[in-house]
Amino acid sequence: MSSPTVGVLLSRVRVEEKLLLEELESRHVPAKVLDDREIVFELERKPDIGVDVVLERCIQHSRALYALWIFGIWGIPTVNSFEVADICGNKLLTTMRLIRDGVPSPRTRVAFTPESALVAAEELGYPVVMKPLVGSWGRLISKVNDREAAEAILEHKDVLGTYMHSIYYVQEYIAKPGRDIRAFVVGDETIAAIYRYSDHWITNTARGGKATKCVVTPELNELCVRAARAVGGGVVAIDVLEGAEGLLVNEVNYTMEFRNSIDTTGVNIPAKMVDYVLSVASVAAR
Amino acid sequence: MAKCPECDADVKVGVDAVKGEIVACPDCGAELEVTETRPLALALAPEAEEDWGE
Repeated sequence: MSSPTVGVLLSRVRVEEKLLLEELESRHVPAKVLDDREIVFELERKPDIGVDVVLERCIQHSRALYALWIFGIWGIPTVNSFEVADICGNKLLTTMRLIRDGVPSPRTRVAFTPESALVAAEELGYPVVMKPLVGSWGRLISKVNDREAAEAILEHKDVLGTYMHSIYYVQEYIAKPGRDIRAFVVGDETIAAIYRYSDHWITNTARGGKATKCVVTPELNELCVRAARAVGGGVVAIDVLEGAEGLLVNEVNYTMEFRNSIDTTGVNIPAKMVDYVLSVASVAAR
Repeated sequence: MAKCPECDADVKVGVDAVKGEIVACPDCGAELEVTETRPLALALAPEAEEDWGE
């Protein structure tokens, strides 16, 4: 059987996309770049775009979401699915799925007004963390140490403009040991993990956190695979906090960045991802 | 080689550069996008927007 053609839906060719394209090329897998800035979806009919599976690598959540929805309607398999992007792109939906499936996560409250959000923060006990429901790279995430800070942050959020800032997601603050864990799940396996160290409470490597290898213990593997399944499965990166009572899943990312994790872990992450994409195409072709 | 649209420095990219690839200007650090490979053309990469990320 000839190899399926992999459509790579992307916005920019970052290090990750280049590695994925190189991996496809090295295996002689036909690849077609679908630039989300140029693509036009003619909704009335499914076009022959000449791909058997789409690997979504958009930098913009909204573009990824709607493109995945359309591809799904057209019966073109995608990695990840619309469902996974929808859930992971929204912290509230993610948290609810984790709770539904019994995956430990920080205690979280959601409120719709600054006043009720303040009540939620007081009830959780300071410090708390306030996060926009949609967003990444640790942007606009606030650690709120007391009531006065909470009032200030809530006032700022109220005037930020977009309605999403008026959905208040308030979470207990987990005192981390100067690091958190980023684990990479592909299908039913946690293929690799790193510690992200930072003197700052935000440990994202996009924000300067330093990466070292983290051994994937059976406990970590099981937790992360459960978290991945809770959001719909596929290729996801799980952010895990080491709480006093055990590991907690903080977030699940569906267009995972891994440039700092290949050398650190010794795992060829793009190769594992391509394996998975090809397996999805193979299943769909049956 | 092409000029950085931000600071006019000479920017070199690898021979395997592809359209859409992001490179950094060695002088000013600006994020640049390869908009053409032959001949090489660079443009300032777009600024991050609210829904950017993983």
